Amino acid sequence: MSNGTLYDKVWDRHKVTQLPTGQDQLFVGLHLIHEVTSPQAFGMLEERDLEVAFPELTHATVDHIVPTADQSRPYGDDAAERMMSELEENVRNAGIEFSDPTTGDQGIVHVIGPEQGITQPGKTIVCGDSHTSTHGAFGALAFGIGTSQIRDVLATGTIAMEKQKVRKIQVDGELGEGVEAKDIILEIIRRLGTEGGVGYVYEYAGSAIEDLGMEGRMSICNMSIEGGARAGYVNPDETTFEWLKETDYFQENPEQFEELKPYWESIRSDDDAEYDDIVHIDADALEPVVTWGTTPGQGIGISDPIPAPEELAEDKQETARRAQEHMRVEPGETMEGYEIDVAFLGSCTNARLPDLRRAAAIIKGREVHEEVRAMVVPGSQRVQEAAKEEGLKDTFEEAGFEWRNAGCSMCLGMNEDQLEGDEACASSSNRNFIGRQGSKDGRTVLMNPQMVAAAAVSGEVTDVRELKEVTKV
Amino acid sequence: MSEDIDIPEVDYVSGSGIPIRGNDIDTDQIIPARFMKVVTFDGLGEFAFFDLRFDENDDTKDHPMNEARYQDASIMVVNNNFGCGSSREHAPQALMRWGIDAIIGEGFAEIFAGNCLALGIPTVTADTETIQELQEWVDENPDQELEVDVEAETVTYGGQTIDVTVDDAQRKALVDGVWDTTALMKANAGAVRKKAKELPYVQESAIPEAE
Repeated sequence: MSNGTLYDKVWDRHKVTQLPTGQDQLFVGLHLIHEVTSPQAFGMLEERDLEVAFPELTHATVDHIVPTADQSRPYGDDAAERMMSELEENVRNAGIEFSDPTTGDQGIVHVIGPEQGITQPGKTIVCGDSHTSTHGAFGALAFGIGTSQIRDVLATGTIAMEKQKVRKIQVDGELGEGVEAKDIILEIIRRLGTEGGVGYVYEYAGSAIEDLGMEGRMSICNMSIEGGARAGYVNPDETTFEWLKETDYFQENPEQFEELKPYWESIRSDDDAEYDDIVHIDADALEPVVTWGTTPGQGIGISDPIPAPEELAEDKQETARRAQEHMRVEPGETMEGYEIDVAFLGSCTNARLPDLRRAAAIIKGREVHEEVRAMVVPGSQRVQEAAKEEGLKDTFEEAGFEWRNAGCSMCLGMNEDQLEGDEACASSSNRNFIGRQGSKDGRTVLMNPQMVAAAAVSGEVTDVRELKEVTKV
Repeated sequence: MSEDIDIPEVDYVSGSGIPIRGNDIDTDQIIPARFMKVVTFDGLGEFAFFDLRFDENDDTKDHPMNEARYQDASIMVVNNNFGCGSSREHAPQALMRWGIDAIIGEGFAEIFAGNCLALGIPTVTADTETIQELQEWVDENPDQELEVDVEAETVTYGGQTIDVTVDDAQRKALVDGVWDTTALMKANAGAVRKKAKELPYVQESAIPEAE
C-alpha cells in the first residue's frame, strides 16, 4: 500500500467514515456538473424528495451539446435545447452557480474550473465526466463518476469509494522540438496499456513534468483515464501557485491564497513516500506520437512503423487487427502520409491558450490544404477571447481554419460538429474510438496541436519538425 | 424527506447468457453519444451497441444482440477492459434496459463497474481462459441458465461450478442490499458537516445548517 503520497493525504483529509460496504465515504470539495449526465440525477433527487446539500460547492457549465456555430436560443437542435433548458431549471432551483454562455465564462468543464480558480490543490473534485482527472494537474484528487453517483454527491456532498493503489510515473529529461505533454501521455498509455491503470491512481513526477506549465500538466492528467487510471495528479509547486494567484477566486480573495498555501504544501507527496509501483519514462527519447488504431493505447512515434498485430501482446492482437482494418493501415508503414479530411483543434485535452498558440505558430503564413476541413474550437469563452486579442483568431482564419465557439464539439460528436462517412481526422482530442467523432466509419488520428496544424496544412499526417520553412509571411 | 427506497439484495443472479467478444469495448460502442441527448434513461435499451447492430440503413448486422437465440439473455459474458472510456452511466443503463442483470468478464473499467454497482448489476471477473470457455458454452447453449452466486463468488453452468472474483466492497454492497449509497451516506450528514468544517478551503457559508 502507498504511504505518504498526495493521494493518501488528500484521501485521509476527506474521509468522513467507513461505510458498511467497506468503502470510504469521502467529502467532495467541488462538484462540477454539465447538461448530459446531470439531468437524470436531479430527477432521481426529486423522486426521493431530496435537495442539493452543498450548492455552493457545486458549479455548472454547458459544453457537450452546445452548438459551436450559431448559439442563439432556442438552439437549432431540439434535443440540445431541451437539455440546456433542463440544466437551467435545475441550477436555478438549487441555487447553483452556472457559467452559461451569456456570462463569458462558459466552456468545457475541465477548462473553466481551473480558469476560475475553483480547481485547487488538495480538493476532492468530481464530475459526471471521465476526463475530470484533468484537475489532478493542480494536485487535486479528481475523478469521473456516473449519474447515480452524481445523485449521491448532490444529495450528500460525499461519495462512496474504495481506495486505489498509487503508481508513480517518473518522466525525466527534456522534450524535444515539436514534442509536447500530449506525447508523454500517449507514450505512457501505449506502454502501460489502456487497462494498465485500472485499480491505480497515477502520480506524474520527474523533471519533464515539473518543466511543464499548468496546461501541459492538464493535458497529461486529462488522459489518465485513457490508460485506465480514474485519477492522475501532479504535486503542486510554484508553477501551480503562480497560476492560482492569477485566477478570479484568488484575485477576489487574496487573503485566501496565503491562508491555503500551507495546506497545499502539506499535501505534496513526501520525499520518502511509498508507492505501489514506479515506472520511468525518458522524455529525451520521445518524438511526436500519433495513433494508428482505435484505442488511445495504439500509438507510435511519427517515424516508427505500425506494429504487426502478432508483434503485440496476445490479448492486444485481435483489437489491433480490427483497428488496422478500420483505419486501413498496414503494419510496417509509418503514419506519415496518412491522408486526412478534417483537422480538429479542440477538446478538454488540448484547447487552452498555449495549445492554440503553438498550433498558430505552425499555421502562420501557411494555408489549410484544399481538401481539408479545419476547425479550431477554443476550450472556453475566455480562451476564445484571449486568443482573439492575441491575433490567433486572425492567424487561423487567414490560413483557412473555421473559428468556432467554445464546447466539446467534434471530440465526441454530440453537436453538429461531426465526421461524415469515412472521413479521417487529425485530432487534438483524447479518444479515437470507432464512432467517437460522430460517424461510425470515421477515422481518428490523435496527436498534439502542432501536429494537427501540420496535418491541416499538408493534408496528411506530417512530422511537424520537417515542415519546410515558411518563405512568405 | 422520504427515505423508504427499497434496495433489493443481489446475492444471486440467474438466466441465460450472451457473449459479447472483444477487449477494450468502450462505452461509446455500448451507447453512441448521439443517443445521450436525452434527459432520462428511459428507452435506452434499444440503442445498446447500436452501431454494431445496425448499418446506415438501419438494417441489422451480425451481432449477438440481434440473434433470436439470445433475446432472453440476462447474463453478459465479456472480455477484458469492458466499459472503458466515457463515464456515461447511459452505457450500463442501456444494457440493463435491454435485459442484462449481471456481467461476467475478464476485467472491467473502474467507472463502468461503479456505475453497474449503482444499478445493482454485479460485474464478476475470471481469467482469460475461463471466460473463453464460458463464451463458447453460452454459444452452444443459448437457452441454458447460468447462475451467478455473488456471495459465494461462483458461477454454475452446464453442471459445473467455477470460482470467480467479486470485488469485496461490491460483494458486500450487493449481498447486504446497500448498493444504493445515497441513503447510507445521507445518514451521516452530521459527520459530513463536521468534515467540511475541518477542511481549510470550505467556507463557513457553504456548509448547510443541520436538518
